[in-house]
Amino acid sequence: MNRLQKGPARAFGALIAGFLIFAGLLTASPASAADPDPSTFAYTIAGTLQQDDVPITGVKVIASKDGEKYDTKSDEFGEWTIMVPTDGVWKVELDAATIPADFKLANVDGAVNEADLTQTDFAAVLFKFGSDAVVTQSFSDQLIVRIFAGLNFGLMLAIAAIGITLIYGTTGLNNFAHGEMVTLGAMMMWLFYSFFQLNIVIAGLLAVASVTSFGWAQDAGLWKPLRKRRLGLNQMMIVSIGFGIVARYVILLFFAGYTKDISGAANVIQLGPIFTSDVTLVSMLISITALLGVAYFLTRTRVGKATRAVSDNSALAASTGIDVERIIRIVWLVAAALTGLAGVLYGLQFQANWAVGYDILLLLFAAVTLGGLGTSLGAAVGALIIGMVVEVSTLFMPSELKYVSALVILIVILVVRPQGVLGKKQRIG
Amino acid sequence: MDFNTALSLALNELVSPVTVGYILCAIGLAIHFGFTGLLNFGQAAFAALGAYGFAFATLEWGWDLWGSVLFGLVCAMAFAALLGIPTLRLRADYLAIVTIAASQALRFTVGSSTAAPITGGSEGLSQFGDSFYALNPIPEGEYSIGIVPITNGDIWMRIVAWGLVGVAALFVFALTRSPWGRVLKGIREDEDAVRALGKNVFSYKLQALVIGGSIAAIGGMVFVMASQTNQPTNWGTNFTFITWTILLLGGAATILGPIVGGMVFFALLTLIESGLEFLVNAGLLPFLAIEQVAQVRFLLLGLILMLLVIFRPQGFFGNKKEMQFNG
Repeated sequence: MNRLQKGPARAFGALIAGFLIFAGLLTASPASAADPDPSTFAYTIAGTLQQDDVPITGVKVIASKDGEKYDTKSDEFGEWTIMVPTDGVWKVELDAATIPADFKLANVDGAVNEADLTQTDFAAVLFKFGSDAVVTQSFSDQLIVRIFAGLNFGLMLAIAAIGITLIYGTTGLNNFAHGEMVTLGAMMMWLFYSFFQLNIVIAGLLAVASVTSFGWAQDAGLWKPLRKRRLGLNQMMIVSIGFGIVARYVILLFFAGYTKDISGAANVIQLGPIFTSDVTLVSMLISITALLGVAYFLTRTRVGKATRAVSDNSALAASTGIDVERIIRIVWLVAAALTGLAGVLYGLQFQANWAVGYDILLLLFAAVTLGGLGTSLGAAVGALIIGMVVEVSTLFMPSELKYVSALVILIVILVVRPQGVLGKKQRIG
Repeated sequence: MDFNTALSLALNELVSPVTVGYILCAIGLAIHFGFTGLLNFGQAAFAALGAYGFAFATLEWGWDLWGSVLFGLVCAMAFAALLGIPTLRLRADYLAIVTIAASQALRFTVGSSTAAPITGGSEGLSQFGDSFYALNPIPEGEYSIGIVPITNGDIWMRIVAWGLVGVAALFVFALTRSPWGRVLKGIREDEDAVRALGKNVFSYKLQALVIGGSIAAIGGMVFVMASQTNQPTNWGTNFTFITWTILLLGGAATILGPIVGGMVFFALLTLIESGLEFLVNAGLLPFLAIEQVAQVRFLLLGLILMLLVIFRPQGFFGNKKEMQFNG
C-alpha cells in the first residue's frame, strides 16, 4: 500500500510544484490596458438608415450598456458604425432630435433597439423608417446569419470535443477538467498576443504549445499515476472535477476575473446578409484544417491506427504489441493541443474570462454524447449540430436561454439514444 | 484579525444555517450516492427547487409556512421523478452528466429574464421568511456566540436548522437499517444480483432519488432562510461540488459523515481564510491580494475533493470496503 501511495503523492507534488513555478513566472499580474481607443474595440454594431431607399444623413446613434456610452452619426449613405469594447446586449437608440424633418420613424418607440453581441463580434441593427412596416431582415437572411454563426461556433466546439472524445476513448475518463484547457488556451493567447504584443501567429503557437505542455504534465503528474493505482473510472471523474476547480481558480488567481479582449485587428467582411470578419474566416479555416488533420492522423498514420485500436479494446491492442501508455501520452498531447487551439480561436473571436471553458464544458459533453462517446467523427458532427442549435435557437427563443436548448438536447439524447447518432450500441445500461 | 476572532468566526461557521443547508443536502446525497450508488451531480437543483418553491408559494400565493414547505418539497420530488424516470436506467457516469446538465439548465432558466415574473430572474426572490420568523419563541435581546453577536432570529434559525439535521439523520439511520435500506446497499454493490432476487431495481433507485432530493430541498430552504434571499447564483455547480466534498470528507455511506464533514469543512475553510488574510495583511504573501483570499477557498475545495477521492475515499467514518464506486 505504501509503495503504491508514494508514486501518486510524488507525482502530485511535482504537479503542484509546476503550478508554483508557473505562479512565480507570473507574479507580476498583468494589469489592464491603458485608456482604450474606440477604434481598437473588438465589437461592432452597424446599420444603414434609409426611408424608401433614400439615405438619412447626420442622425446621432447611441449605443449604451451598464453606463458605458458610445455614439456616432450616420454618413451620406445613411450608414453608421459603432465600435464597442465588450460583449453582451447593447441598447442602441437614435437621437430623435437629429432626424431630419422629411423622415419619420415607422413606430413611435422605434428609436430604441438592441444589439446582441453575446456570441458574435458584429451585430446589424436596423431602424424602420417610413409609413409601411418594412421587414428589417427577412427570416431566411436571419437564418443564414445564424447558421453561419453556428457553423463557426460548432467548428470551435468540434476541435475541443475531439480532444474529450480521444481521451475518453483511450482511457475511459469523462474529463470534467477539459474546459480549463480551453480557458488556458484563451488566457495564454491574451498573454502572448495582447499583453506581450507578439505576432499573432507566434502568439497562437506559443499558446497552443503551453496548453499542450499542460496536457502532458497533467497526464504524467496526475492521470498516469491514478491509472497505475487502478482507481475506478467514476472516482477519476470526481478527481477531474476537483482538478478542474483547482485549475479554474489558479487561472483566476493569475489572470484576475475581468473579461479580456483579445482580438482588435479584425476587419469587417460582408458576405451577402452575413457580416463577419477576417479573423472569423481564418479561424474557421484553421478549425477545418485541424479537423482534417485529425482525420488523417487517425485513419492514415500508424500511431493514429494504434489509437483507434486502443479505443476499441486496449487489452487486445496491448497484446498485439501496442504500447498503450505511449498511445495515451500521445493522445493527451494531441487532445490538449486541439483544445488549446479551440481556446485560442475562441479568445480571438469572442472575449474570454477565467470561466469561459467551464461555461462551454457541458456543450462539449453534449456534442460528444450526441455524436456517440468515443467516436471522433461523431464528436465533430455532434459539435456542429450543437453549435447550430445554440445559434439558430436564438431565432425562436431568448438568447439568454440558448445554452439551455443544448443541454436539453443532451438530456434527450442520453435518454432516447445513449449511444449517440454515430455511436455503436454498447455498455450503456 | 487576532486568533480569538478567527476561532470565533470558525465556531460560528460550525453551526451557521448555511453550513446546515449544505449538511442536509449532503445527507440527501448520502442516500443517493452513499447507499444507492447514484452519481447525482445535480444536488444544487433539488435544493434550488426547494428554496424557489417555498419562496414562490409564500410570496405569490401567500401560503403559510407548512403549505410553502410542502410546495417546495413537491417541486423537488416532481423534478426527481422527471429526471429519474428516463435516466436511472443509464450507466453511472451518464447519470452524472445528465444531472449536472439538468441542474445547469434549471439554473439558467430560473435566472433568465423570461422566467422573471415567476422566479425574479437574476435578482431572485427575497423577504419570504416572515411566516418562519413569526414562530420564533426566543425573546429579543443581545446574544452572542463566542464574541460574534447574534440576533434572536438567528438563534431560532439555528435551533430549527439543527433540529432538522437531527430528524434527517435519524430518518436516514432508520431507513438504512430497514429491509428497504438493505436493498439499496445491494443495488450499490451489485445491481444485477439484486435484480436476480426479483427486486425492481429501477423503482428502488427512483425512491432513493426522490427521498434524497426531498432532504436536499429542505436543505435549500434552510440555506436561503437565514438571509431571506434566494438568487440563481446560489445554485451553481460549486454548490453541488461543496456538497460532494462534505459527503466524501465525512464518509459517504455513514449517518454522521455528512454532519461532521460539513462542520469540519466550513470550520477549516474559515480558519484557513482567516489565516491567509492575516498573512496577507502582515505582508507575508506579497503575490496574493486580500480580495483574492476568497478565491483560494474554492481552490482548496477542489484540492480537498481530489485528495479525498484519491487517498481516502471512505472519509472520516466510512468503511473502505463500502466505497468501491462501482464502474
